[in-house]
Amino acid sequence: MIRGKPKPERMLRMTRFIAILLSMLLVVLPTVADEVEALDSILQLETVAVVAKHKPYQAVIPSQTLSGKELQQLNAHSVADAIRYFAGVQLKDYGGVGGIKTLDIRSMGTNHMGVFYDGIQLGNAQNGQIDLGKYSLDNIESIQLYNGQKSEIFQSAKDFGSAGTVYITTRRPRFEEGKRYNLRVMMKTGSFGLANPSALWEYKLSQRVSLSANVEYTYATGRYKFRYRKIFSDGTLAWDTTAVRQNGDVYALRAEAGLFGSINGGQWNVKAYFYDSERGIPGAIVNNVWKNAQRQWDRNLFAQGSLRKRFSSRYVMMLNAKYARDYMHYNNPDTTLMYIDNEFWQQEVYVSAANKFSIFQNWDVNLSVDYQWNTLDANLTQFVYPTRHTALAALATAFTYGGFKAQASVLGTFVSDRSKIMNGGNMLGYRTKHFDKFTPAVFVAYQPFEHHDFDVRAFYKRIFRMPTFNDLYYTDIGNADLRPEYASQYDVGARYTCHMADGVLRSINVSADAYYNYVTDKIIAVPKGTGQYRWMMMNIGKVKIRGVDATARAEFALPYGIGLNTQLNYTYQRAQDYTDPTDNADEAGTYKGQIAYIPRHSGSVIVGGEWQRLKLNYSFIYVGERYHNSSNIAANYEQPWYTHDISGSYEMKLGTTLVKATLEVNNLLNQQYEVICNYPMPGRNFKVILSFEI
Amino acid sequence: MRRTRYIHIMIAVLALATMVSCREDDVIFIPEEVPVSIPEYTSIDGFYLLNEGNMGSNKCTLDYYDYSTGVYTRNIYGNANPSVPKELGDVGNDIDIYGSRLYAVVNCSNKVEVMDVATTRRIGQIDIPNCRYIKFHDGYAYVTSYAGPVEINPDYEQLGYVAKVDTATLEVVDRCIVGFQPDELDIADGKIFVANSGGYMVPNYENTVSVIDIATFREVERIEVAINLHRVICDSRGQLWISSRGDYYEEESKLYCYDIRKRRMVAELDVPVSSMHLDGDSLYIVSVGWSYITMQNEVTYAIVDTRSREKVCDNFITDGTDKEIKIPYGIAVNPITKDIYVTDARNYVNPGYLYCFGSDGVQKWKVRTGDIPAHFIFVGNNINEQ
Repeated sequence: MIRGKPKPERMLRMTRFIAILLSMLLVVLPTVADEVEALDSILQLETVAVVAKHKPYQAVIPSQTLSGKELQQLNAHSVADAIRYFAGVQLKDYGGVGGIKTLDIRSMGTNHMGVFYDGIQLGNAQNGQIDLGKYSLDNIESIQLYNGQKSEIFQSAKDFGSAGTVYITTRRPRFEEGKRYNLRVMMKTGSFGLANPSALWEYKLSQRVSLSANVEYTYATGRYKFRYRKIFSDGTLAWDTTAVRQNGDVYALRAEAGLFGSINGGQWNVKAYFYDSERGIPGAIVNNVWKNAQRQWDRNLFAQGSLRKRFSSRYVMMLNAKYARDYMHYNNPDTTLMYIDNEFWQQEVYVSAANKFSIFQNWDVNLSVDYQWNTLDANLTQFVYPTRHTALAALATAFTYGGFKAQASVLGTFVSDRSKIMNGGNMLGYRTKHFDKFTPAVFVAYQPFEHHDFDVRAFYKRIFRMPTFNDLYYTDIGNADLRPEYASQYDVGARYTCHMADGVLRSINVSADAYYNYVTDKIIAVPKGTGQYRWMMMNIGKVKIRGVDATARAEFALPYGIGLNTQLNYTYQRAQDYTDPTDNADEAGTYKGQIAYIPRHSGSVIVGGEWQRLKLNYSFIYVGERYHNSSNIAANYEQPWYTHDISGSYEMKLGTTLVKATLEVNNLLNQQYEVICNYPMPGRNFKVILSFEI
Repeated sequence: MRRTRYIHIMIAVLALATMVSCREDDVIFIPEEVPVSIPEYTSIDGFYLLNEGNMGSNKCTLDYYDYSTGVYTRNIYGNANPSVPKELGDVGNDIDIYGSRLYAVVNCSNKVEVMDVATTRRIGQIDIPNCRYIKFHDGYAYVTSYAGPVEINPDYEQLGYVAKVDTATLEVVDRCIVGFQPDELDIADGKIFVANSGGYMVPNYENTVSVIDIATFREVERIEVAINLHRVICDSRGQLWISSRGDYYEEESKLYCYDIRKRRMVAELDVPVSSMHLDGDSLYIVSVGWSYITMQNEVTYAIVDTRSREKVCDNFITDGTDKEIKIPYGIAVNPITKDIYVTDARNYVNPGYLYCFGSDGVQKWKVRTGDIPAHFIFVGNNINEQ
């Protein structure tokens, strides 16, 4: 832990400047930039390593992180599986390898989450949801979760733009002394007819530039047995039925290639990502219907680049750019139902510049400006072909004094939508819609004791999510008059870390946060008019969320060279529906009812052991009782579920090749459970992984 | 020092462990009995109310109201049929009684559930994909279905059909192809009248009623009415009351009257219809229309006199309860007491409510139901054969 200890005179000078500088920030900044650029030549001597050391990591509130070994040891196939181990997170999982898996953090709703892949946000202007089940862990180095936002100011304006943020970081090439390349070939197979080969190749093109290429193919039949049963109140069996999940097959090909480079005082990377998949949508299991026929095809392509350069000890800049094309095709070939054959095409262009100025060693200011363009085409009748321009500007400042760290930011969002006005197949003109909004965030942390790594922290953030293209323009249900949906977050917490040089217990890390979130103007579907199940999206929902997240980690060094690390997460959430105060008649009233699928208690345990080349891992996830609707009555009750997963791996060297074999058993006790009502999850299942690294 | 820290952590862990609960076996749902009224003794014993349940929720449930006790019982199917996996099914769409049997059309479970009226015990099921409405005649049940012949054809358009079911064997004995996505049907004069909706063909809705001759079970005629037809009821004077849903934009929902003997349309009323119930010469209608101007639902509770073919009442709820009802969805009138029953489907995902009004339009009682309470059938001697 490195902290600035400002001298009194510097402190005095600083306070004198604060007021003036804050008010004149925009005027002053360009001047500062000019000055520091002149100092560039001095920095020619710096190496990348020096740049990294130059400033200690400045996040006011650290993230929850899974990385490296920990991540590899988890019985997780996709990013979604791994994220379940974070506190405060609920995953909506429709089951199986190909089922949709979306994330909800602190009950604010999936659309409030920002997911960043190698530093740049993954977008979906169509429905705002990122299916984390599509992101394999094959080449992932770390997953970080931040509540509010990453409390580090040097980031793009979009990083300030979500109520909670997940950063997925892929493996960056690293070469051992004297090595030019790394090659890893891996094969995973097991239950659900899984065949999942992948290859990763990293090559050192020069001292400063390296290349990484990664290909992964996934095929699974998605078939698994599931069982439903009910008993009489006296315990005797009423009915018991077992069936095989159908139409859950998935085929997916992912290919990624990237170049990573360093320049004087900085680094850059460019990457291209391609994903192509076809999957069955297994659907709800209801009486007399045990299989569905719907299918979905996805093709995602994006290219992105990032450049970071330090121009002086006071000025560092980061540029990001991205182009993405997404195609989605949904087909319902069941001729007894409505024939649906919809295709959607999305495009996104994104550019961003972040500029950080160090006014003093302990006081930084950052200005980021982003621009994004989104468009959606579809083969729907009466489709309005929306286009959205979004400009974002974030001004942020970070300040450290003694054990005190603070960060404040304000994000300006300027959105302009343009869509056609359609009437019975005729275009009447264009509708344009503008939206401007400034939203703040403040993060503070204080470390009261010099010799104990203990701190208390708090944050406040107000943010919103824009209505998606589907919310606004989907034929018939869309509502072009929708406003954004707001979330205000208040959080206080504390963290304690302690490292021991000897003894059995080597380190301990505990943290706890209590929070209150208030979601207003929540966009929900409201029944509309005559006819069955016709809906209209409206800004009428209100949700208040009171919660506690607690995490504890400990590392042990046991005799005989056994290493053990343990992790415990617990989440309490009271997420209440405040939408309709008149709906409070009896226990069935939705007013103040716990919202759909949010358990009051949930948690996870991970225990990882290591002895020489053998690694064993045990993990446990618990999700408490829930209701599938904010009317908390017996008919809407959902049972708690919990799964035990274990895995073991063994590594050995065969010549220059590192061979690693892993066996996983998931849902060891074969619990038959559902995360979403009528979507049965797999029981006990296995996976074998074999990898060769050169 | 270090030891006490361990102990504290252990205590915290144990405390958490006691707060969380374990998974238990799912128990057959015990019906919930709610006394709502004083007993009433007429030749009508009670009524079944079929709750549709939102699509994919498998929450189609049956409730029963017993006049002799004044007790409303929620969700009776599971307990009456504890050996049926996944209970009644997904999205109930119609309910009727024929003889001593109760028939529930369960749309997304692709079946008609056949039960004993007195016990609600399952007798069997009739598999009909995408089935919608049911009527009976001379020992046969006639069921509309959206699902036409199965074909592999990219330009395939799904004509619907009416299935003829032998109520003795519960077998489909014949099919008659009609228009696109047929909804309600009614039987009069040896003919079946089927309201074709064309709901899957947006914006090319159907606009006809198919006429099937029962003797030959062939479609003999199409009556042009209006787009997106939904309900059809035949009154005692040989008039068909047909409702059109409209296209939800320009074309409004309307009510039409067709005289079977004169073979022509005799009235077109600007009365929107979601659901209607015929009692004697009074057609009770509830409807919800979406206004793109106010961005709100506009609700009507109307009565149409089938003799004068005019709307005689704009709001049969007289005590202001209508302001409480969000989405009036189903309607029924007790043929003896003339009490009016209106269901509120609310937001389609939360439980609904059933309201009972006296013939004066004043609320007598209200009770919580299942999700999307919608379809009624009275139980008693010969009351459904009128």
